[in-house]
Amino acid sequence: MRSLRAAWVVAGKDLRSELRTKETLNASLSFALVILLLFSFILDPDSQTVRAMTGGLLWLVFMFAGALILNRSFARELPNDCLEALIASPLSGAELFLGKCAANFVLLVLVEVICLPVFGIFYNVRWMRQPGLLFVVLLLGAWALTIIGTMFSALTVNLRLRELMLPTLIYPFLVPALMAAIQLTNVLIGGDTLEKDDYIWFRVLAGFDLIFTLLGMALAESVFVG
Amino acid sequence: MPAVAIDGVWKYYGDYPALRDISFEIDAGSCVALLGRNGAGKTTLLKIMGGLSRAAKGRLSVLDGDTRTRAVRRRIGLLGHGIGVYEELSARENLEFFARLQGLPRPKDTAAEWLERTGLAVSRDTLVREFSRGMRQRLAVGRAFLHDPDLLLLDEPFTALDDRAIALLQKLLSGARARGATIVMSTHQLREALELATNVVLINRGRLAYCGPRTVEMLADPGWLYRNYGEA
Repeated sequence: MRSLRAAWVVAGKDLRSELRTKETLNASLSFALVILLLFSFILDPDSQTVRAMTGGLLWLVFMFAGALILNRSFARELPNDCLEALIASPLSGAELFLGKCAANFVLLVLVEVICLPVFGIFYNVRWMRQPGLLFVVLLLGAWALTIIGTMFSALTVNLRLRELMLPTLIYPFLVPALMAAIQLTNVLIGGDTLEKDDYIWFRVLAGFDLIFTLLGMALAESVFVG
Repeated sequence: MPAVAIDGVWKYYGDYPALRDISFEIDAGSCVALLGRNGAGKTTLLKIMGGLSRAAKGRLSVLDGDTRTRAVRRRIGLLGHGIGVYEELSARENLEFFARLQGLPRPKDTAAEWLERTGLAVSRDTLVREFSRGMRQRLAVGRAFLHDPDLLLLDEPFTALDDRAIALLQKLLSGARARGATIVMSTHQLREALELATNVVLINRGRLAYCGPRTVEMLADPGWLYRNYGEA
């Protein structure tokens, strides 16, 4: 309980900073909307092929837009050596990591929630057929992206080319979660009922989230203290 | 019981040994001037003591425990090269945030008290990015002292401070010494440091060159230490 409270203090600080400047949110949202718009020019919204690839398209947008949020996560601690002040405080590495993840997750879900109706309009897709399950998939997928992205954001924060390094490192790691999220999103947006085989993808996504959350928390201390 | 006990500590940056077999102890309640030329290893040593970095070899005990445990870090105040406060938060929000991280029972009251003590109460809700350099420095000093730490690790604390911030820092350091806190400060300002210090540690290229009490000779002639124990 104490750890969760400490993590929330960090998340609250990050969200307050972000809502005040809106620099990451604006960049991420604009980027996501531009990709959605550009792809809508290329792909015919009425074609059956587009319907079949909606999940992939949506998650591609979330991944690219998410990388912008995740890149800033630890970079915002660099001015004035704030990261040193955080590491020197009684906060544990796992608490700091969880706090950063929570703030990134809120921002990422916000981008998803704004992009989804826009996606529906641009691609003529009725995405509200199974909103409950779709929302669960979006949350699980966003957490997968958050946890891997935050972990590598901490690792690459002192690199000169971190904006380039972060996507290069996180996308290969995300393949299992991405495959599961795309598969489930396709089924749910297509209005099909989930078959027994589809639930395996749910397990993959939930298992991925659980394993990497625990791994991230376990490794956080070694990542922060060099 | 020493406040800090360092035994055979080595630290490498790549292949380069930044600290080489450093061993010494700092008595509780003493004020130590950590001296050495640029690149000697002072900041690295302070970072290891503050739990920001790990030693490659050797043992370190801070306040009778491991420096990475929550209980020990709660008793350490660190003022590094950077001011460690957030530009997009106000002075009050910064102090409340760090008071919460320290687990203090009344973070709002603590922040209000330290805003008064640092002379920033009038600008409590102003964002730090709108602060002058001197105001930022006073806020940073408040951040490092707000939990009344038993061990203060200060990395060149007087560098680039304005006269008001220097006066504040000197007052807080005197207060900290009066309540028995241990102070370790790295500095290039020999005269000011030696006036405050009870003990001196000199590091030359990562090696311990001198560790002992501050003597009358040092106070009379700040260059004496470097001439007798410094690099050739």
